[in-house]
Amino acid sequence: MTIPAHRDLVLDVRGLRKTFHSRNGGPREALRGIGFSIERGSCLAVVGESGSGKTTAARIVAGLESATSGTVVVTDGRAGGKTRHGVQMVFQDPYGSLDPRQAVGAGLHELLKIHGMRRRADRRTRVSELLESVGLDDRHAGRYPASLSGGQRQRVAIARALALNPALLILDEAVSALDVSVQAQVLNLLADIRERTRISYLFVSHDLGVVRQVSDTCIVLRNGRLIESGPTADVLDAPRQGYTRALVDAVPRPGWRPRRRPA
Amino acid sequence: MTPAPLFRIQDLHVRLRHRGGERTLVREVSLSVRSGQSVGLVGESGSGKSVSIKAAMRLLPRGTRAEGRIAFDGGDVLTLGRRELARYRSREVALIHQDPRAHINPTRTVGAFLTEGVVHTGQMNRAEATERACALMADVGITDAARRLHQYPHQLSGGLLQRVMIVAALLPSPRLIFADEPTTALDVTVQSDVMAILLEQIRERQVSMLFVTHDLDLAAAVTDRLAVMYAGSIVETGPSAEISARPLHPYTAGLLQCRPSTAEVKRLTAIPGRPVAAHEAGTGCSFAPRCPFAVERCRAERPHDRSIEGRTVACHRVEEIADRLEERAS
Repeated sequence: MTIPAHRDLVLDVRGLRKTFHSRNGGPREALRGIGFSIERGSCLAVVGESGSGKTTAARIVAGLESATSGTVVVTDGRAGGKTRHGVQMVFQDPYGSLDPRQAVGAGLHELLKIHGMRRRADRRTRVSELLESVGLDDRHAGRYPASLSGGQRQRVAIARALALNPALLILDEAVSALDVSVQAQVLNLLADIRERTRISYLFVSHDLGVVRQVSDTCIVLRNGRLIESGPTADVLDAPRQGYTRALVDAVPRPGWRPRRRPA
Repeated sequence: MTPAPLFRIQDLHVRLRHRGGERTLVREVSLSVRSGQSVGLVGESGSGKSVSIKAAMRLLPRGTRAEGRIAFDGGDVLTLGRRELARYRSREVALIHQDPRAHINPTRTVGAFLTEGVVHTGQMNRAEATERACALMADVGITDAARRLHQYPHQLSGGLLQRVMIVAALLPSPRLIFADEPTTALDVTVQSDVMAILLEQIRERQVSMLFVTHDLDLAAAVTDRLAVMYAGSIVETGPSAEISARPLHPYTAGLLQCRPSTAEVKRLTAIPGRPVAAHEAGTGCSFAPRCPFAVERCRAERPHDRSIEGRTVACHRVEEIADRLEERAS
């Protein structure tokens, strides 16, 4: 298969396999040879139920887990007037991913300093800029995670992930733990950031409404296999696989009735 | 005249002792469930929906105080003595929790868990209990019930375990089931399955249900009536289908609008700010700081329940804004 030269891919994953070995349960194949790619500036959603392998795939792309076999290629490039490098990740639980004993601003300063921004004045400007880009301001810089609401905490996690201008932002169930009224704010924020910066997203979620809202393309995983892929609108409006249809049909909406699965 | 409801909460306040003072968790909550009816209690985190259920089961933690009246079949739940309370909890009502794994003893078999309660309270002997548990397990779609009875909770999937919890709730033949987010921890396809089973069972047996959830779409689909909670108070009550088709309280309308749909993409109309807890709410309407329709009066004076179009809505401006809410929603 040849890829046309004009496709500017930020992520290209091929033949990804992952086998976990437990001490007594024997080998368990979490991913059984899946492939997908993301064009620069676009958002790919990875959809699936628990145990489908979606988080494992995201963690391998983030470099937090090693693959048993397969390749993951991330290509840096220019988008929105900036050169963007590597990947960053936002996790589901902002309680667990922020240091409870470090103020929000100090954390951002530290992060920028470690990555070579020596001048304090530069860092200060950048911290303000980052907080503003996620809808917070300098007043929040002195706050600790415990004094922030769940939505604000997730904004801080996003600001931290954006600090180093990553080429790809990996969001693993990043809005799942938020209340619906706050979830909508964060989804709008993610859409704005992408429009402004042309950053690319790999968005892992079990929530098809959220997926429809944020992504351009999506892949559906089941038991570590890729079941269906394509533009999100096509996959959700006219699923080709029975499994995808069952997923779409199970989402409560006006006029919906719960249904027993055929035994 | 309609008969008195099976279960009724009137003017319930729950307060928690906190640093020498008191914090309000639930304020002026009133709702009723008729025989055979399912009522949904919907709200975001901290809205007081679980606390209300706990109060109704008399399961509030130490340091909390419930005031008001909770009546089951005419009797006052808050003043029940030890024996009557035990009887109420073991035979009249049942509770299904969000996380089944946290509410089952991992060191005992499913069979021991299911039969323990009814045998202990003398409703059945062990053989009868086992037989009835097997029959119920078949009803809720658990195949191979006899084998499952000898298994331990860790050997069952989340969906299967939640069905075991439904069996446990139904076994003593209660008249009312409190379901506290029973499907929130499950995948959507499993949620659909478990919800369908639960509805089928309660309809067949004429059991009433108080269904607590954060998911307004889900609640609207599975209940007859809805009560929407915000900051410890109920802001809107009415028939489920009508509320989801034409919300009358700005908060209900906001909740419906900010939920992303699987069928279309449009910019979400988010509710600004964050949900507040009852103790953080000021003197006025607790939703006023986030409400696009709030005026001076809303910030100064707490709204009382108003009846409009067969619903109860706690909003000063409900008559004025009802039609505008609908415009915004479409």
